[in-house]
Amino acid sequence: MKVTLFATCLVDMFQGDVGKAIVEVLERLGCEIEFPESQICCGQPSYNSGYVEDTKNAMKKMISTFEHAEYVVSPSGSCAYMFKEYPNVFKGDPKWEPKAQALAAKTYEFTEFIVDVLKVEDVGAHLEGKATYHTSCHMTRLLGVKQAPMKLLNHVKGLEYTELPGKERCCGFGGTFSVKMGNISEQMVDEKVCNVEETGADLLIGADAGCLMNIGGRIDRQGKPIKVMHIAEVLNSR
Amino acid sequence: MAMKISTDKFNDRVDKGLQDSFMRGAVSSAQERFQTRRLAAAKELGNWEDWRSHGEEIRQHVLENLDFYLEELSENVSKRGGHVYFAQTAEEATEYIQNVVKQKNAKKIVKSKSMVTEEINLNAGLENLGCEVIETDLGEYILQVDDQEPPSHIVVPALHKNKEQIRDVFKEKQGYDKTEQPEELALHAREKLRQEYLTADVGITGCNFAIAETGSITLVTNEGNADLVAALPKTQITVMGMERLVPTFEEMEVLVSLLTRSAVGQKLTSYITTLTGPKEEGDVDGPEEFHLVIVDNGRSDILGGEFQSILQCIRCAACVNACPVYRHVGGHSYGSIYSGPVGAILSPLLGGYDDYKELPYASTLCGACTEACPVKIPLHELLHKHRQVIVEKEGRAPVSEKLVMKAFGLGASTPALYKIGSKMASPAMSPFTKGAKISKGPGPLKAWTEAREFPAPNKERFRDWFHNRPKGGE
Repeated sequence: MKVTLFATCLVDMFQGDVGKAIVEVLERLGCEIEFPESQICCGQPSYNSGYVEDTKNAMKKMISTFEHAEYVVSPSGSCAYMFKEYPNVFKGDPKWEPKAQALAAKTYEFTEFIVDVLKVEDVGAHLEGKATYHTSCHMTRLLGVKQAPMKLLNHVKGLEYTELPGKERCCGFGGTFSVKMGNISEQMVDEKVCNVEETGADLLIGADAGCLMNIGGRIDRQGKPIKVMHIAEVLNSR
Repeated sequence: MAMKISTDKFNDRVDKGLQDSFMRGAVSSAQERFQTRRLAAAKELGNWEDWRSHGEEIRQHVLENLDFYLEELSENVSKRGGHVYFAQTAEEATEYIQNVVKQKNAKKIVKSKSMVTEEINLNAGLENLGCEVIETDLGEYILQVDDQEPPSHIVVPALHKNKEQIRDVFKEKQGYDKTEQPEELALHAREKLRQEYLTADVGITGCNFAIAETGSITLVTNEGNADLVAALPKTQITVMGMERLVPTFEEMEVLVSLLTRSAVGQKLTSYITTLTGPKEEGDVDGPEEFHLVIVDNGRSDILGGEFQSILQCIRCAACVNACPVYRHVGGHSYGSIYSGPVGAILSPLLGGYDDYKELPYASTLCGACTEACPVKIPLHELLHKHRQVIVEKEGRAPVSEKLVMKAFGLGASTPALYKIGSKMASPAMSPFTKGAKISKGPGPLKAWTEAREFPAPNKERFRDWFHNRPKGGE
């Protein structure tokens, strides 16, 4: 099966290991991975800040980049959801609306793709540790992917799982919110880190690079002995 | 109290909220209590999503036929001997009510909870006439006793206060000498309020839903105070936002069920009362005169526009109770009597962007509000819509932000620019980088690194790794 990777700008520039893990996991599951070089960013930072018109060119670029793809897979529920939002942005545009719809229809978040399309729940991963999992807001509420990550994590050998208290509550990232309203964001991420500590876990897993950068950055600043991993890295552990 | 509750700047209000640990403790525990109860009450119905869709349908149908139902309501109230007044502005509404009060030569007025009367600053208008105005909802009463403190929540106005603080308010202002036990506090307020109902000349109520077909109004409380306000004084004035109505009892029942479950996690509240017109021959109680004041105050400008769905709101505050931002900043930070997600949408629409332009940005767009809304208002989408209006139509975004966003838009749509930018990121950030992280970032990163480490850009971008690796992954 041919998979076209929408790596996201965060992974491309800051979290290369997540991208590598995705490639390795999907290849092991028999997928052929392709990465179109013309991809940049889904446009979410400026779109969410209200600059809709100024973001349209970036969106068109992404639509064209993935036009030929059969399946588009992304390591971020939030960025994948952004593709699903494109048809609303181009509503009424005779050229771009159908193209945006086609892209939205073939876009999957990474865990969703493995569970729903590849029909695999056990990827043969092995990782020792006591873990908890942060459910990202856009991935669960907007994209509607709730079960897939847990199905996959349940099959990781050696992993002990504890549910995160207040797991559905936002970590305070919110893209530009984290810098525009930095003081509120700090209190939100602080509460999230406290909740992670309450579980006694030594490993925090998530499926969205943005949330993990936020929570991980706070854990790091506070020097807490908690490791942060993207679910792709967990599934790539053997 | 008008809609605007503070002249402080947004950032100062938020700082004050974030530093108030008593308030934050009270708010977060209340949020959890309400959320748990709401989810249990929703689950109990078995098909909550169907109920939500039904609620949405009813509200949308009413908004699309608002002129028809308002006319029907007005006719039926008149038929039953009530007086109806359409007020286009807050001033018109207040003036009408002042005139009724003057005609009755009223000195004392009791009120049950009503956000729209706060919105139009009615109490001040009545006090200016020399009237004594007494709030009878327990939460509102506490705030009124505490030097007219504004509400911080649309359903539970004194949510930000804990029981010890309430005891202190009663002690300081009214010589209360008992404990902080909720039962004792409530008994104290009850003893005070009973006298007021019996001696009041006019009763003013809000309106949860008016029923067009019968000309009735429905009041939903847990304290029964609205019933006394409506039944005891000789004159009753009910004030409603122009969108708060339903066609018949059937729709009222659906919406009340959604309201009580979403607001307080109850199947029904202790009192759900439907009142129709003034006292008729044979009635043992009720007012001799009934006035219904229907307030527009900016609502018809929202109707028919891109924000119309906010008028579906039934004021349950489920969005407020679900909001992770409200949780930390509290209601007063919004600077409006309408706080939380619904307040961040409604306040700029009713009060303008000058006072409320920051509110739509006080959200991570996490969607918790939209998920909680019992009438399916796409709240996070409306917050985003406000941002778009602020940036694109109003041109109110800061110049520095505009430049950053323009540059971002260009970089994200021009591969050559992205290539240079992303390749340069690692060397450009190297003066700020220690190990693999940035602890004191420049420019927009500064706010991030006040609280968090920022990852240093990869020396080798993911795409370079992918491009250079041996094919087939071996």
